[in-house]
Amino acid sequence: MSGSAASKLPPARESVFPTRQMLGQMKSKLKGAQTGHDLLKRKSEALTKRFREITRRIDEAKRKMGRVMQIAAFSLAEVTYAVGGDIGFQIQESAKSARFRVRTRQENVSGVLLPRFEAFQTDGNNDFQLTGLGKGGQQVQRCRETYARAVETLVELASLQTAFVILDEVIKVVNRRVNAIEYVIIPRTENTIKYIMSELDELDREEFYRLKKVSAKKERDAQVAEKERLDKADDARAAAEADRAVETKDVLGEGENEDVIF
Amino acid sequence: MATTAAFKDRQFIAVIGDEDSVTGLLLAGVGHVTSPPDSQKNFLVVDQKTETSAIEHAFDRFTTERKDIAIVLINQHIADRIRHRVDTYTAAFPSVLEIPSKDHPYDPEKDSVLKRVRRLFGE
Repeated sequence: MSGSAASKLPPARESVFPTRQMLGQMKSKLKGAQTGHDLLKRKSEALTKRFREITRRIDEAKRKMGRVMQIAAFSLAEVTYAVGGDIGFQIQESAKSARFRVRTRQENVSGVLLPRFEAFQTDGNNDFQLTGLGKGGQQVQRCRETYARAVETLVELASLQTAFVILDEVIKVVNRRVNAIEYVIIPRTENTIKYIMSELDELDREEFYRLKKVSAKKERDAQVAEKERLDKADDARAAAEADRAVETKDVLGEGENEDVIF
Repeated sequence: MATTAAFKDRQFIAVIGDEDSVTGLLLAGVGHVTSPPDSQKNFLVVDQKTETSAIEHAFDRFTTERKDIAIVLINQHIADRIRHRVDTYTAAFPSVLEIPSKDHPYDPEKDSVLKRVRRLFGE
């Protein structure tokens, strides 16, 4: 089976650039493929139904043909007996133009054109006017009618058979398409979508990380700047304090006063 | 796939058969002989003496060369003689139909189409 062979292969994907636009395209493609798959599946089912009906009718028609041909052969034997000799040669020589012809019509079954043979008799030309003139004319006439009916059956059978051959071919093609969509196109498109998604996610993560990095660096810079500013401020304050300490001596406090001796 | 043009002008029924079958079908009026320069009959009488190659030739002529034949009727016992040709013939036009003859009753087991039917339904 093609399905099992396809499933053994590593799931392929289409070679596309992972962009958001492509993702949209792939999604619509997947949707289209699924719709197509549904439609084709339905078509295949309709055709198969028709196909089974035709096979059944072929079976019946073949059986009927057996009977009809037997009757026809019997009536020909009657002719041979009545005419009293073989008329085959005479008939073969006098056959000139077909009185019994078929025309083809078309029938549409879910978009498939099936031919349909239709027997018709052209008026006016009769190649066998003299056959059985001496004797057995009645039998010849009856035999012709019997064979005409037999040929009609055969024509019907032929149109069934042609429909069978064509339907067989069309069903094969449709099924192949259904399988191709189901086992190749849909998985591949899904894979492509997955690939694009993962790539896009990757890009997103990268972008996020980059932003994080940038903001972290900015923060660090800000902190450094702040620290510098604070340090500077501290220094300034310390210097100021030192100055003030020099200028303003505690009159009362720490200065060691000389002892006053009386 | 058969195209529309492929069967528009197909209107004759060709016969390959034993004398009785051909005579009967000709009586029904299927016989046609094309106009004189290269007059071709659309029927072939086969008996014990007919070469298999002649049958094959007629079969090929009716199925591939001539474009005005819609149906080829062939007696089953004659189809048996060129069985491989009949079985490998898969085109839709003209359609080949195996018919029974007076001396040989119809055997559905040998019919090329019924064989395909059975194969499709897995019997």
